[in-house]
Amino acid sequence: MAPSTPILSPTEIARPDEDLGLDTDQPWIVLVWNDPINTMEYVTLVFQKLFGYSKEKAEKLMLDVHNLGRAVVSSGAREKAEIDVFRLHEHGLWATMQHDE
Amino acid sequence: MAFFRRTPAVKRRPDGDFDLTLDADRRDVLVSLLRQLDELLDTEPDHPNLKRLRPPAYLDDDEADAAYQLLAGEELRESRKQSIDAVMASLGRDQLSEGDLWAWVQALNGVRLVVGTRLDISEDERGPMFRRVRDPEDRPLWAVYDFTTELQHDVVEALSGSVS
Repeated sequence: MAPSTPILSPTEIARPDEDLGLDTDQPWIVLVWNDPINTMEYVTLVFQKLFGYSKEKAEKLMLDVHNLGRAVVSSGAREKAEIDVFRLHEHGLWATMQHDE
Repeated sequence: MAFFRRTPAVKRRPDGDFDLTLDADRRDVLVSLLRQLDELLDTEPDHPNLKRLRPPAYLDDDEADAAYQLLAGEELRESRKQSIDAVMASLGRDQLSEGDLWAWVQALNGVRLVVGTRLDISEDERGPMFRRVRDPEDRPLWAVYDFTTELQHDVVEALSGSVS
């Protein structure tokens, strides 16, 4: 006998959260893309300044951007990633963010 | 051979500040460039030449990117204008603070991105073999691009000691 009123299953109740992108378990990554105008030394300096990376680490990331076309420069919760992207944009770098896959 | 060695425009002093060595003509050029950029940011913030100052934050989510542009677009514009103001305010001096120089590096980068966009600078031109024949009509723009690239190099060099 079917119940007269529909009963929501737990999965149905949970679904709206996913749609709102509130799933915080999945970290975000911030990518910097290669571009023809920003110089290598400038990109290195910006990584050191914004993220406090050592010269070695900043240079390695810069070379990844240069040689591979892009590099992951930071990761974390969505809000943090968005702030990092903003600061990189302030300094004229091509930064985007996406879910870590 | 000293003949081939250019004196850097910016040099760190023992007291932590920086000496600026830039002749009056170059300072005038800088004022003119920054004024033009500032005006464009005021009057036509969506001008195609400014597109590299506002890159997308999300590549595969148009809705999220529209929200980001709405929130961050104006803040980015303000931040850029502040860096221009800071350079204008310090341009007449021969001694700059580290804070001044961070504004310089941001403002110079803004100019280079806009001029580079206008010159349609592409990846191919990185290597010395791919140096494009420069259109004589674009000569003034290339001069601006080279001047700001050189100056930014000096500022980056000077600041490198502050972050490591």
